[in-house]
Amino acid sequence: MLTGPALRSRLRGSLRSLLALALLRNSWRQLTSMRTALVLLFLLAVAAIPGSVLPQRNVDAAAVGRYFAAHPSLAPVLDRLWFFDVFASPWFSAIYLLLFTSLAGCLIPRLRDHIRALRAVPPDAPQRLDRLPFHAVLSGGDAASLSAALRRRRWRVAVRGQTVAAEKGYVKETGNLLFHFALVGVLVGVALGSWYGWHANRLLVAGPEGAFCNTIQQYDEYGLGPRVDSAQLPRFCLELTDFQASYLDSGQPTSYRASAVVSSPSGVSRPADFSVNSPLRLPGANVYLLGHGYAPVIRYTDRSGQAQTAVTPFPPSDGMLTSEGVVTFPDANRNVGGDTKLQVGFQGLYLPTASSPPFVRSSHPTEQAPMLMLFAYRGDLGIDAGIPRSVYTLDTSRMTSVGQGVLRVGESMTLDDGTRVEFLGTRQFVSLSIRHDPGERIVLVSVAVLLVGLLGSLTGRRRRVWFRVLPSGEVEAGGLARGDYPGFGADFARLVEGVRDVRSV
Amino acid sequence: MSALSDQLLVATILTYLAAMVCYASVYTLDRALVGAGAPVPAAPAASGGSRAAELAGRAALVATVVGVAAHLATLVTRGVAAGRVPWGNMYEFVLAVTFVGAVAWLVLVVRRPEVRRLGLYVSLTLMLLLGVAGLLLYTAVSPLVPALNSYWLVIHVTAAVLATGIFLVGFVVAAMYLVRNAHERDANKFAFAARLPRADVLEPLAFRLHTVAFPIWTFAVAAGAIWAEAAWGRYWGWDPKEIWAFISWVVYAGYLHARATPSVRRTVATWIAIVGWLTMLMNLFGVNIFFVGFHSYAGV
Repeated sequence: MLTGPALRSRLRGSLRSLLALALLRNSWRQLTSMRTALVLLFLLAVAAIPGSVLPQRNVDAAAVGRYFAAHPSLAPVLDRLWFFDVFASPWFSAIYLLLFTSLAGCLIPRLRDHIRALRAVPPDAPQRLDRLPFHAVLSGGDAASLSAALRRRRWRVAVRGQTVAAEKGYVKETGNLLFHFALVGVLVGVALGSWYGWHANRLLVAGPEGAFCNTIQQYDEYGLGPRVDSAQLPRFCLELTDFQASYLDSGQPTSYRASAVVSSPSGVSRPADFSVNSPLRLPGANVYLLGHGYAPVIRYTDRSGQAQTAVTPFPPSDGMLTSEGVVTFPDANRNVGGDTKLQVGFQGLYLPTASSPPFVRSSHPTEQAPMLMLFAYRGDLGIDAGIPRSVYTLDTSRMTSVGQGVLRVGESMTLDDGTRVEFLGTRQFVSLSIRHDPGERIVLVSVAVLLVGLLGSLTGRRRRVWFRVLPSGEVEAGGLARGDYPGFGADFARLVEGVRDVRSV
Repeated sequence: MSALSDQLLVATILTYLAAMVCYASVYTLDRALVGAGAPVPAAPAASGGSRAAELAGRAALVATVVGVAAHLATLVTRGVAAGRVPWGNMYEFVLAVTFVGAVAWLVLVVRRPEVRRLGLYVSLTLMLLLGVAGLLLYTAVSPLVPALNSYWLVIHVTAAVLATGIFLVGFVVAAMYLVRNAHERDANKFAFAARLPRADVLEPLAFRLHTVAFPIWTFAVAAGAIWAEAAWGRYWGWDPKEIWAFISWVVYAGYLHARATPSVRRTVATWIAIVGWLTMLMNLFGVNIFFVGFHSYAGV
């Protein structure tokens, strides 16, 4: 026997849990309501906008850096709020995860209902068919021929004595469910792709020395999904043998074509061509051609007479392939000078067609009048300090300017200490993206299903008709559209007309 | 051939202008009747004024057909001059979208003659877009850059053009529904709407047009993703154009859902469709002009 206070506390406890349960149920109901789904959809659209207004790290990390430089006080705040990684941000993820939860909460009961509806026989006719929105009387007929005629028209039919009930248009709900489940499929594909996919970038200079193999050490930049082991990357090596580009006189490119040799671990080499829009598809990785440019070949002879040759890609800065780059010789003058570093570096500007002064822009992307401008520096390149830095900029803070010159192919110039630099020519280089996304196929199939489902959902119309053979021999017909179907009147009239024809045959 | 296309564009705009004048005179001739005290929903063919309006309506239709023919010729000559499908840059894209819009309008008016009076607003929209294309976006004929040189251009951009053109007409019908609906609630508002088709005719029509365009838009985005995989190595990369295509898709999906929800008023649902069209415009003009992305090609 419980005493007063104990009873009260127990009652209070169960009341509290009841309330909590009610709150939970209510929240769930709220979340799965169409209104909430609509609000979430709207939020999703709004949340995507900053991704197009602000630079995004996943699209252009350099642009984010420029934004930081231009807005030093605002950028860190935006960054803390994930505005430079909108599509990986917690708030964007929260919206779509809530949306998909809401979707699941809506879909599962609907799937259950739809399966039940698919297995159910069409319901019996109402007492008075003339009360239905559409009604007609036929001069005669019998249940068997009516049901046969309806079945031929792909209605689902149930005959009960003298009454024929038929229903059609399940494709609407089937399509609707397919569409929404396919959306879940897309999400699964995207998730798998980001977990098990990887990508890497690399500049590849033409020629056997430029060849690289598919290991992360050989990439300029890479990103591995959290479930990818870098040791498990597919093994292959790639050498660029040739690159062809064609242009109009205006400098507009018309075609690119890269020729390569692919070697597999078994030692088999085969030639392969690829271009923009037709990537090189290898097992477990695809190679995409993203850009191209020139890599000047420069030979430097240092104070001890040692000659070194560097082939350095110069990234283009405009459509005419005006290219800028940095060439370094960290091993120069190693045996002279003692403790003082006498490394040599050049800032360079390469114009494939230098047609008119002041020679700062190329006037055509092909090499009609190539010209290389070099600005020489000597001192400490600063690369031995272990600080990661861009290979496209020269840190001249511990170097001194020791000369500059303009070189045509084959020309050379002498620096202040008598050392010599020669411009031997150029090689083509391409910038490549190497990627693998195992979720792609799932997304593709899901989108195909989504489209089919969408068409079914938008064109399907659920409707019911009933025919009743009256004792007089006449047949009464009634029709009811379930849901929005403005053209049902005409459809019903056609059906009645068609059934009448069948009977008279 | 390129110069011929440019001249045909002028002819197209002028013909649409003529159609617009004819559509407008239908209103003027009818309004004269309203002003004279005739009841607003009077049967048209009853008086002389209405007969003149009927004639003007027919003339407007003829002018629209001629305009569409000139429009088609503009596109074909442009395509012949370039030796490819005539939707390789923004100027050509707008040209093609308005053409689809004009054809969709013609199909609509043949199947549903009662909505003919919307022609004024359709032709106004077409003229505005064509004017913007001719004056601000004009680009000389040039071959495609390598990235665009793919059969996916035909598939992806054609689908985008079709969807956008149908959304365009859907937008006009939706906007006119909102105007007419406001007028039906309060006759003092938007007096000109007295001559528009009834709200309960316009609303389902707007919905129908959007249900046609939405799957095409979905296909356009999907085809774009397949192309992006081949060209850029990823099927989806949140490029500004992709972001806005996604936003439009979400907004239009929201419209279809709102329309299917009984508790959401039809006017609210239709406003979502209007927002959808604004996002399409943003994607077409805003993204090409303000943002730099993978979809930035020579001459916007």
